Amino acid sequence: MVAIEILDLEKTYRVGFWHRRPKLALRPLRLTIDEGHVFGFLGPNGAGKTTTLKLLMGLAKPTAGSARILGMDSNDPRVRAQIGFLPEQPYFYDHLTARELLTYYAQLSGVPASERRSRVTAMLERVGIASSANVQLRKFSKGMLQRVGLAQAILHDPRVVFLDEPMSGLDPMGRREVRELIQQLRSEGKTVFFSTHILSDAEALCDRVAVIHQGELRGIGSVAELTQHSHGKVEIIFCANAAPAALTNLGIEARISGEMVNVVVLQEQQDTVLDILRREQIRLISLTPVRSSLEEYYVEKLQPKESSMGATA
Amino acid sequence: MNPSRKVNLVGSAVLLTAAAASVFTLNTIDRFNRQPEAQQTLYIRSAKALRRMSLGYTGLLADIYWTRAVQYFGDQHSQQSHDFHLLLPLLQVTTELDPRLLPPYQLGANFLSPKPPNGAGLPDDALKLLQYGIQQNPGQWRLYYDLGFFYFTEFKDYAKAADAFSAGAQLPGAHEYMHVLAARMAQHAGEFDTARMLWYTAYQSSNQPDIKHNATQHLIALQVDEDVTHLEELVEKYRQQTGRVPASMGELQRAGYIRGIPRDPNGKPYKLMSDGSIEVEDPEMLFYITKGLPKDLQKAASQQ
Amino acid sequence: MNSRIAFVAFNTFREAVRDRVLYNLIAFALLLSAAAILVGQISIDVERLVVLNLGLTAVSLFGVVIAIFIGIGLVSKEIDKKTLYTVLSRPLRRWEFVVGKFFGLTGTLVVNTIFMAIGVFLALLYVERHFDRADWSVVAALYFIVLEFLIVCALALFFSSFSTPIMSAVFTFALFVIGTLADDLRGLAHNTTGIGGVLMTAAAYLVPNLSAFNIVNQAAHGDAVAGRLILYNTVYALLYSAVAISGAVLIFERRNLK
Repeated sequence: MVAIEILDLEKTYRVGFWHRRPKLALRPLRLTIDEGHVFGFLGPNGAGKTTTLKLLMGLAKPTAGSARILGMDSNDPRVRAQIGFLPEQPYFYDHLTARELLTYYAQLSGVPASERRSRVTAMLERVGIASSANVQLRKFSKGMLQRVGLAQAILHDPRVVFLDEPMSGLDPMGRREVRELIQQLRSEGKTVFFSTHILSDAEALCDRVAVIHQGELRGIGSVAELTQHSHGKVEIIFCANAAPAALTNLGIEARISGEMVNVVVLQEQQDTVLDILRREQIRLISLTPVRSSLEEYYVEKLQPKESSMGATA
Repeated sequence: MNPSRKVNLVGSAVLLTAAAASVFTLNTIDRFNRQPEAQQTLYIRSAKALRRMSLGYTGLLADIYWTRAVQYFGDQHSQQSHDFHLLLPLLQVTTELDPRLLPPYQLGANFLSPKPPNGAGLPDDALKLLQYGIQQNPGQWRLYYDLGFFYFTEFKDYAKAADAFSAGAQLPGAHEYMHVLAARMAQHAGEFDTARMLWYTAYQSSNQPDIKHNATQHLIALQVDEDVTHLEELVEKYRQQTGRVPASMGELQRAGYIRGIPRDPNGKPYKLMSDGSIEVEDPEMLFYITKGLPKDLQKAASQQ
Repeated sequence: MNSRIAFVAFNTFREAVRDRVLYNLIAFALLLSAAAILVGQISIDVERLVVLNLGLTAVSLFGVVIAIFIGIGLVSKEIDKKTLYTVLSRPLRRWEFVVGKFFGLTGTLVVNTIFMAIGVFLALLYVERHFDRADWSVVAALYFIVLEFLIVCALALFFSSFSTPIMSAVFTFALFVIGTLADDLRGLAHNTTGIGGVLMTAAAYLVPNLSAFNIVNQAAHGDAVAGRLILYNTVYALLYSAVAISGAVLIFERRNLK
């Protein structure tokens, strides 16, 4: 089942005093996402990620095009009960406590009265703010607000979840929790659409990604395929203060940081290097094939282009 | 239907119907008697206090009070009320806020002095208001006209009226009759033609509907007075000729004194009474007439 | 559908109650009622008049200020900030949001007025020692004041749907002031001829005609209030509010959120 279908969605703002100059926020966008997938929407700031989400949520009206979510038009109110949304840097009603806010949202999302209390309590625990349940939101830190945001996005058990920069404002611990949350959602069969500019997260979580820049889709593909090329190299990390002479004599460059040395060599040279290390009794830390990273794909897609979109589904 | 479209349709429908209905309701509230309103408009009678409160926008406030004065007068007059006690304060406040607003002086000249239900019955205050107006606006010929008119109709002081008309006649833009009126005051003050000229000038020189209407009424009354006088003279001539009063208008006509059955300006025929006097058919429709009234009303008129 | 409106209304009410501005204003109004008692004692026989004139005027004016402050804070500011992102992405329809806000806002003002009215009645009791039939007109006056609030809230909502918080407050207050002079505006329009008169008449009908709602002086003198006037005023207030609210709904429906 197709979860999200974006059909030539387009948004042009008219700026300037007399609304003359058109500003193209989003060129006609065409995208399909299957249910149960985690989809990453990558791009630098101002690329159009938030605009796309606003259009999908009905917060702004498209200049052209439409979108369907779970088979229904995105503006259909019935759809809204099935989707959750976490905006970038969310603002909430300051004067409410976390529990009150979530209860209010539960009411608006149509969660039956009998379940509200238990659902809200469960959510508070799940995102880790149960201890501050009765504290007013104006006293929350940015990280805690982000957790509240996640809670309100999933509290009504939606089938599709939209997250705009879900990691922003979180410390590494928090980011890890969010990653776990997204993985949990996926295992529950939910579809997750999130935008980010942190590529490592996207690489770790997403089934497919799209790259968007200056309002235009630049590339789209599954993570597995985009990162399968290995360039035939290996990365070897070992414990030493300096690179052994034998290595440098082979013309191998080494990067040293503290007590660890890092070299990248061709696969053919792998055994040679290992022999050297064994001879010198240097401790091996790790040996990993170098894979093309999402970062390379990303940077490549961001280059100013003359050709059309490099879609490689 | 697209839910958004449905909202638009219902919303527009509600807006338009409610708007129309609200206008209708407002009119209903208006027609509903809200007399105490007038009391409230003058809650603050001191022009000085008002001046301070108006934050300098005295002109606008004067305009507002002027509108209220007109409405107040119109309301009282149409109800044939005998209560005009707010008219003077309203006019006073208006002219103190903006002494250069001319219509209030005119309204005052025409309606402050006559007795209720035609006016407020305050001739001295009316005179004071006019004089204040002239003092504040020395170049306005119309105020002198109002003053002359006032002396003529209210105080019957033809000398002062003549002075006023002369003074006004020299000012820029003065109506051409001003000179003539000044002259006629001296000799022909009591004549119908003088009065007619006066009221005609009043009618021509004002834009205010109340004043125009008033002048028309007076012109009609003048016509009636003139007609009755003339007819009674003819009846007297007939009596002198035949030794008795004619039995009917028809007889007078057959005798060649009048051509047709004479009618008053409202179209009703004059009645010839048995004692030879002429009476009008409908005295209620003719304000201000001094001749041709039935006997009982005559007494009242002469006391006015 | 209806329950969502109720949820929005309740949430709006709760927010207003927790806003400390409200308390300051109410306290001020109550103080004014107390002051009225003192002023009234300066000249005998006018105690009742002064208490009621001052007290009711305070309720009316402060109520309008509160209505505008709270109205703008609850609606215009909310639309300006991004709190709506998470609200409108839910099954809540935009028009339900507007209507819910309206009910929450007016509910707040009604509760407000009740508190201030208690203050006025206590002051009245103090100077009169008892209530009598004439005091019903005070209740009528308060009811009319509440009707005025309905209109002001509707206007605040209307302007909030497209304007910034400050401008919304300015427009609403301006319309309130012009509304109290609407009678004169119509008088002026009546006397003006030509296209100016037409425009003025249109304007005079567009602004809320609040003159019929102010019976403070009447209530102070204990005059009876005609039942028909109560009916007409209620109808007018409801109709005018409906116009403003549906305008707000229509505008908000097509608005792009920043």
